[in-house]
Amino acid sequence: MTTLTHLQRLEAETIRIFREAVAESERPVMLYSVGKDSAVMLHVALKAFYPSPPPFPLLHVDTTWKFRQMYEFRDKHVADLGLQLIVHQNPEAKRLGINPFDHGSSTHTDIWKTEGLKQALDGHGFDAAFGGARRDEEKSRAKERVFSLRSPQHRWDPKLQRPELWGVYNVRRNPGESVRVFPLSNWTELDVWQYIHLESIPIVPLYLAAERPVVERDGTLIMVDDDRMPLHPGEEPQLRSVRFRTLGCYPLTGAVESTAATLPEIIQEMLLATTSERQGRAIDHDSSGSMEKKKQEGYF
Amino acid sequence: MAHTSDLIAEDIDAYLLAHQHKSLLRFITCGSVDDGKSTLIGRLLYESKMVFEDHLATLATDSRKVGTQGDELDFALLVDGLGAEREQGITIDVAYRFFSTEGRKYIVADTPGHEQYTRNMVTGASTADVAVILVDARYGVLTQTRRHSFLVSLLGITKVVVAINKLDLVDYSQEVYDRIDADYREFAGGLNLPDITCIPMSALRGDNITERSPAMPWYSGPTLMDYLETVEVEDDRQAGAFRMPVQWVNRPDLDFRGFSGQIVGGTLSVGDRVRVVPAGTSSTVARIVTMDGDLERAVTGQSVTVTLADEVDCSRGDVLCAADDPAPTADQFRAHVVWMAEQPLAPGRAYLAKIGARTVGASLSGPEFLIDVNTLEQAPAATLHLNEIGVCDIRLDRSIAFDPYVDNREMGGFIVIDRLTNDTVAAGLLRAPLRQSHNVHWQALEVDKRAQARLKGHRPFVVWFTGLSGAGKSTIADLVEQRLHALGVHTCLLDGDNVRHGLNNDLGFSEPDRRENIRRIAEVSRLMVDAGLVVLTSFISPYRAERALARAVVAEDEFIEVHVDTPLEVAEARDTKGLYAKARRGELPDFTGIDSPYEPPEHPEVTVDTTATTPEQAADAVVDALRGRGLLDGPRST
Repeated sequence: MTTLTHLQRLEAETIRIFREAVAESERPVMLYSVGKDSAVMLHVALKAFYPSPPPFPLLHVDTTWKFRQMYEFRDKHVADLGLQLIVHQNPEAKRLGINPFDHGSSTHTDIWKTEGLKQALDGHGFDAAFGGARRDEEKSRAKERVFSLRSPQHRWDPKLQRPELWGVYNVRRNPGESVRVFPLSNWTELDVWQYIHLESIPIVPLYLAAERPVVERDGTLIMVDDDRMPLHPGEEPQLRSVRFRTLGCYPLTGAVESTAATLPEIIQEMLLATTSERQGRAIDHDSSGSMEKKKQEGYF
Repeated sequence: MAHTSDLIAEDIDAYLLAHQHKSLLRFITCGSVDDGKSTLIGRLLYESKMVFEDHLATLATDSRKVGTQGDELDFALLVDGLGAEREQGITIDVAYRFFSTEGRKYIVADTPGHEQYTRNMVTGASTADVAVILVDARYGVLTQTRRHSFLVSLLGITKVVVAINKLDLVDYSQEVYDRIDADYREFAGGLNLPDITCIPMSALRGDNITERSPAMPWYSGPTLMDYLETVEVEDDRQAGAFRMPVQWVNRPDLDFRGFSGQIVGGTLSVGDRVRVVPAGTSSTVARIVTMDGDLERAVTGQSVTVTLADEVDCSRGDVLCAADDPAPTADQFRAHVVWMAEQPLAPGRAYLAKIGARTVGASLSGPEFLIDVNTLEQAPAATLHLNEIGVCDIRLDRSIAFDPYVDNREMGGFIVIDRLTNDTVAAGLLRAPLRQSHNVHWQALEVDKRAQARLKGHRPFVVWFTGLSGAGKSTIADLVEQRLHALGVHTCLLDGDNVRHGLNNDLGFSEPDRRENIRRIAEVSRLMVDAGLVVLTSFISPYRAERALARAVVAEDEFIEVHVDTPLEVAEARDTKGLYAKARRGELPDFTGIDSPYEPPEHPEVTVDTTATTPEQAADAVVDALRGRGLLDGPRST
C-alpha cells in the first residue's frame, strides 16, 4: 500500500480540476497575479498538461501600481516558460488616473481590478477563469465552490452555486454565464509555502527579507517603490529589513519586519506568526464582511 | 499560528521534512449548533493552534458581544458566520475548514444538521473518509442522529465517531454514556457501519478533545484527536482493480498521444494490460508520464498521463481498466437518488448524468420507493422533492463503464443535470445494472401512445399557432421548438415551407383548398401525436371550424391553441414577405385579412400580443403555459 502525502493528494486534485475545466470550456484563461498562489497554480498547470503546454493564456489584470519587481519577475518568468500573457489595464482607470492615494483603496481596487477583470473577461470572451483563491483565506471563502458560477454580469449569486460531490464537477453554463475555477481551494497558506519549497518554484524576491525603503503609516510599513508616492510632511523613507506576506499594489500592501531570507525561514516565521495573512491587505479592513461584498460585485 | 512544536524554532528543516510526509484526512461533522458542533470545530482549530491572534482578538470581542459563554471564549463564533451572513442565506451550505497536527492535515466538511439540509450533508459526506456524529448527552440518540447515520452509511463512509457531547451537563456520568453507546450500536446494526467509536466529551470544556479528561477516569478509549490521528484511512480502492476515467487526451504533436486522468482504483505499472471501457479494445501501458519524470508505477489518487503501446480508440469519458478485471458496462441501472433541486424529479424527462468524465443523456423512473431518512422506512411516492431520497431506475442513452457505488465511489457516483438550467439537480449512487429481462418496467407489451411517450420521456401534444400572415407565428414557433429541444423533447414543426411544397402541393388558396390544407395538417398532427411527438404547427388557419377539427382528432388535453395576436395594421406594416403589398395590388386573391376573413380564436389556451412582447418573451410564455399544464412533466404513470 502506497500512502500519498497530503501535498501529493492536493496536487493530484488540482490537476484533475484543471483538466476538467479545460475539457469542458471553450475559452479558458488563468488569472495570473504574480503572487505566490499564482506561482503554485501555474506550476501545477504545467504538470496537468505536460508534455503539452497549458492550453490557455495567462491574464494579468494590472493596476499599474504593482511593485516594480513584480513586473520584472512576471515578464521574465512568462518568457522563460514560453507562455502567452495578456496584460489588461482598465483604460477608464488610466484615463481618470485612478490611484490609491487620491481615490482610496476601495475605489482603486474596484475600478482597476474588479472592473478591469470584467472588461478583460468580456473582451476576450473567456468562459472559464482560473484563480488562486483558497478556502482558508477568509471566512466567507470557506463555502466557495471549486467551480463558482457567475452570471453574465459576473455576479456571484449564492443561489446559482451548485453542490459539488466527489470529484464530479458540473461545468455546464448557460449562454453568457462563466465559471471561476479555484484549483487551490483546499490548499492552506502553509501548503502553498511548503510546495514552493519542495518544488523549487520561482517567486518574486519581495517575499524574502531585504533592506527596503519604507515609511510607517497608520502602523503599517509601506514600501516607497517609486516616486509616485507622495510623502507626508516629515516622512522620510528608512531602509529596514522587511518582506511581504502577500503582494498587491505597493501602496496598499503592508510589509513585515523580518530577516527571513530563505524559504524555510519564511515558513518558520509564518508558523510562529500570530496574525493572519490577509491582515496585510487593506481591502479586508475597509468594512466588515467586505470580502463577501466584493465577491458579489465580481471581485475574485 | 504558534505550532507548539519546538522543532519549528529549533530546526525548521527537520520540521519541514516531517510535515512533508503528513497524510491527509477528510472528515465530516454532523450535528446542529445545539449539539455543540461549531464549538467542537472551533475547539479543534483552537487546540491545533490554527487561530491567529487577530482572529482571537475578534473572537474575544465577539464572545463578549454575542457569545453565549459569558466572559469565556465562545469557540462556536470561530466557525459560525454572524447574523447578517446567515440572513443572506449563505451559511446554509457546506463550509470547509482546515487544520493540521504533527501527523496529519485535516479537511473538515462542516454541514448544518437541520432536516432540510440533507443535500448539504450528502455533499460534504461524498468526499469524507470519516464521519463525526454529534449526540447531546442529555438527549441521547435522536431522530437527527438516525438521519445523519443513515446518510453517512449511504454515502459509503464506514468509519464513524459518535461524539457524545456535553457530558459536563450530565455530571460526566458513565451510565449516561454507556446507555447512549448501547442505544447507538443497536440502532446502527441495521446500517452498513462496521467501525463505530463512541467518545464521551465536552467540546466546551475541552474534555477528551485533545487532552484526556480527568473528570472521566472511567473512560479508557481514545480522545477525539487520538482517534483522528491514528484512524486508518488507507484507501480500500487501491487494493481494487485499476480504473482511470480519461479526462483529456494529451496530443502535443503527432508522435505523442497520452490519456490524462486521475486513478480512482487500483494501481498501474508499465507493461500492464489495460482495456478501454466501454469500447472493449485492449493494449499495454507503454509509459506513465508526469512532468517530474516517467513513473514505473502509479496508485489510486494520482493524476497521470498514460501512453499505450497500440493505437487504440480512446477519448474523454472512456475508462481505462485492468484488462483482467475490467469495469462492467450497462445503460440501465437501479440507483439511490438524492434530489437536490426545488423543482421535483420529472419521471421520464430527459436529463443529463455525469459520471467520472462522461456526460450522457439520462431519464429516471419515478421512485420505486422513497426512504424516510428519519425512520428508514420505505414508502411509495410518485416523485422526489428537494432533500428526498429514493431508489429509482435510470436509463442512459448509451452504455457506460461503472462499478457499484459500494465498491468504488468514483465509479458509481453520478450527478444529474437539468438540460435547460444546467443546474445539478440530484446525486445518484449506482447500485446495480438492470437486465432487460428483469426490467418489465421498460417493456411495453402494446406499443401505444403511452408506450411511445414513455420511450420519448415526455407526453405528446400539439401546439397550434394561429394568426395573420406576418404575425410572427413561425418566429415564435421556432423559438419554442428550440426551447423544447433543449428540454429533451422530440418535436416536429409543420409550417408552410415543409407542407405546402410536399404533402399539399396540389392545393391552392381557395376556401375549399384552405380547408383541405388544414384538415390534412390536423390528421398528420394526430399521427405524429400517436407516435409520441410534440407537434408545432404554424399556419394562418383562419377558420374556427378547421381548428376545431384539429382539436377534435387528438385527446382533450393534447391540443394547445396559441393565438399570435397581431393587429392587421401591424402585420401589414411589417409585411416581411411583401405579401400584403401584393394582395393590395390584387395580385394575391383570397389573402387573409384583405379579401378573406380571419376568425380569431374564442378561447385559445395561450394568447401572445406581439406588439407588447419580444418573440423570446412570447416563446417563454408558451413554454411556461405548457409547463403550467403539466405537459412537460414526463409521461403519466401507467
